[in-house]
Amino acid sequence: MAENVGDGSTGENPQVDQPTHFEFDEQSRVAIDAHCAKYPPGRQASAVIASLYEVQKQMGRQTGGAWVPRVAMDKVAERLGMAPIRVYEVATFYLMFNTTPMGRYHLQICVTTPCWLRGSDQVEAACRKVTGIKGWHETSADGMFTMSEVECLGACVNAPVLQVDDDFYEDMDGPAVEALLAALARGERPKPGSMIGRQTSAPEGGPTTLLTVTE
Amino acid sequence: MAKVTVDGREIEVANGSSVLQACEAAGVEIPRFCYHDRLSVAGNCRMCLVEVEKAPKPIASCSYPIAEGMVIKTDTPMVRNGRRGVMEFLLINHPLDCPICDQGGECDLQDQAFSYGQDHSRYEENKRAVKDKYLGPLVKTIMTRCIQCTRCIRFATEIAGVPELGATARGENMEVTTYVEKALTSELSGNLIDICPVGALTSKPYAFVARPWELRKTDSIDVLDAVGSAIRVDARGSEVLRILPRMNDDVNEEWLGDKSRFSFDGLKRRRLDKPWVRIDGKLRPATWLEAFDAVSTKLKGMPGDKIGAIAGDLCDAESMLALKDLMAGLGSANLDCRQDGARIDASRRDFYVFNSSIAGIEEADALLIIGSNPRREAPVLNARIRKRQLAAPFPIGVIGAHAELTYMAEWLGDGPSTIASLPEAFAKVLADAKRPMIIVGQGALARPDGMAVLAAAWKLASSIGALTAEWHGFNVLHTAAARVGALDLGFLPGPGAKTLDAMMGGGVDLLWLLGADEFDTTRIGADTFVVYQGHHGDAGAARADVILPGSTYVEKPGTYVNTEGRVQRTGKAVFAPGEAREDWAILRAFSAAIDKPLPYDDLDALRARLEQVNPVFGRLGFLPRFGANDLTAPGGDPATVSATAFVPAIADYYQTNPISRASAVMAECTQTYAPTPALAAE
Repeated sequence: MAENVGDGSTGENPQVDQPTHFEFDEQSRVAIDAHCAKYPPGRQASAVIASLYEVQKQMGRQTGGAWVPRVAMDKVAERLGMAPIRVYEVATFYLMFNTTPMGRYHLQICVTTPCWLRGSDQVEAACRKVTGIKGWHETSADGMFTMSEVECLGACVNAPVLQVDDDFYEDMDGPAVEALLAALARGERPKPGSMIGRQTSAPEGGPTTLLTVTE
Repeated sequence: MAKVTVDGREIEVANGSSVLQACEAAGVEIPRFCYHDRLSVAGNCRMCLVEVEKAPKPIASCSYPIAEGMVIKTDTPMVRNGRRGVMEFLLINHPLDCPICDQGGECDLQDQAFSYGQDHSRYEENKRAVKDKYLGPLVKTIMTRCIQCTRCIRFATEIAGVPELGATARGENMEVTTYVEKALTSELSGNLIDICPVGALTSKPYAFVARPWELRKTDSIDVLDAVGSAIRVDARGSEVLRILPRMNDDVNEEWLGDKSRFSFDGLKRRRLDKPWVRIDGKLRPATWLEAFDAVSTKLKGMPGDKIGAIAGDLCDAESMLALKDLMAGLGSANLDCRQDGARIDASRRDFYVFNSSIAGIEEADALLIIGSNPRREAPVLNARIRKRQLAAPFPIGVIGAHAELTYMAEWLGDGPSTIASLPEAFAKVLADAKRPMIIVGQGALARPDGMAVLAAAWKLASSIGALTAEWHGFNVLHTAAARVGALDLGFLPGPGAKTLDAMMGGGVDLLWLLGADEFDTTRIGADTFVVYQGHHGDAGAARADVILPGSTYVEKPGTYVNTEGRVQRTGKAVFAPGEAREDWAILRAFSAAIDKPLPYDDLDALRARLEQVNPVFGRLGFLPRFGANDLTAPGGDPATVSATAFVPAIADYYQTNPISRASAVMAECTQTYAPTPALAAE
């Protein structure tokens, strides 16, 4: 029940160390120009979500943590000719934009019923054991991992699922999580998908219909 | 027009109306929180649910367009249940702090909970709490009370033109905020308090001061700028506790500038509440008799041309006329009302008023602003210009200092020479416009070549077709509430008499200042005997030899003429403090003391005299619009304009008169919005 209490911190969080400066790099500039070109003149504000994504990716490239600092939102507002508050509204509305600093890998644990029934508790426990993170949306001491609780990721067939940045790791259990995080910590990116060798979302143990499968 | 039936009554409403508007037209009141006549429709509070025949579920009437033959029911079990449900949801997170809430007694949520609320709550979880926000020195926030109707966000974005408020995050975490902590940069921020349907945004200066039912309400007119906004003065006992706007679609709609709303604490600070006489270089309290004696002794045998009078910016027409008549009795025509040195041709009324009228801005199709910053000089009028531009493309050009005006305007040049040599593109815009408008501000007139600028602006207006029998597009925007009234009365130097400048430096031996504080009083000659009649211990009183304590605009029924030339009357909300009296009565009493009694014994007789001097004073409240029938230009040679750039008429919006200078709230606003780095530079 305690989760129901708003902590009143969704305005700009004063505890967050905001950078004082942000500039688009070449890659972001090109990408944002391309997004803007999709809309008729005067409607550039339509590119705000895409632009914020570019910013978030750029922060990931430059600082190792993919998030959107406030100065970057101002830059987006300036680029798209919007009032800054309109960009803040969008950036805080969508949970996909991180408005606080992030670790190198964003671990998003699905805790909705199907994943929970299939063992998301073990996924969570393993993540906590490896990273040492206590709460939600916290970053590990070594700056490698940030852990978030998310609702249904739409991979219920292969539950439980752990999303790392943009990749889904499915059919997880405690040991699989530990192995995955160890690999990530080494700087590797294991192949996403089912951890038990299941082909996409086919039944566990192999197909029961359409038996002839061509890759 | 479409025919619809509301609760069995058939009415006709304009196509495109909403169901809510149709219900209003039928005289049925629909409860609402987010809907506001003058803002865009958001449709997010869901309180305005009604039932429409053949619709499967209740509809939000504010955002549902009417259709021919629609049958609307506003009082069925479905509607009542729907509204009860909405109310229950709204109250889930609304604190039960009405007893300590400043909105109590005038709260939409409180009132509507009375009709649709339940006597108990089924919600057992924890309520949400939201951090309060900082919006500047005027608006207090208690954001836990917010029901997220987004009226404030829409007001800031649409009317005030400062898109600084927004709703961040979502769902239970949604908050109305500026995100980055900063004061709202709007001169209209006080209106947020009025449009907030609950107690989330309340008045900081009025916090925990009074309950609405304790207040005595007096309808009046604002005089702190020249717009003449309709206001309601709320007082308890002898104290004015707050000032609110009244609806007047022709002038202020329902808005009010922050200076006009929040200067009221200046009404009880630095007041002159008894007469003072300077004896041996020191001002000493005196009786009225002693004060009158001091002046009449001085006057004895003084020739008329050595006596002068200057009227200030907050004077009512009655007292100015009484002063003018008194001066005439003393043989003096040395009168002036232009403390800022504005050059004005008062020979014809349309040379000095806002001819298009404020509501007429909405009919114009192009605008040129010369030497004015309407945002500072008349924020409510500025909102009207913005409203016009939002309605349809409205090209606006500005000659003068660069300023952020809250709408798109093209900067054309900084001095009067631009008037005759407009950039070609904009000249074409003006020439092609059917109803072009030109606004000339005091920044353009209060300078040595003011007459030439006035003539140049008139010449331009005439050449672009702004002066026709149907449309008068030549406008002067004043900053002083008393100015147009004074010009209507001819409170100007008579033939061969002295202007304000000529009265300085010993030009007169006795100078009567009627609330005149806005000129440099050090220019008055050392030997000039100064009588200051006014209400605040400001610049004029500091220099005075005799002080006669007068009344402010909330303490006397006075006639004021706004910049459009609209004659309006203030109401007497409270009595003036101590021995202070109404100004016309002081002048009448003094005239008797020197045995030259003015020919009126009461306000009605004085007002009859006003009407006799200028018939416009008979047209109370109503403003006939005239076309430009006489194209004769005002005096002044358009060719003699100087190259000097226009300087803004108002340096600091928040402190422009003795009342706002005495106000602690306005001083705080100045600190917040216009810190004075210039002090060191001076």
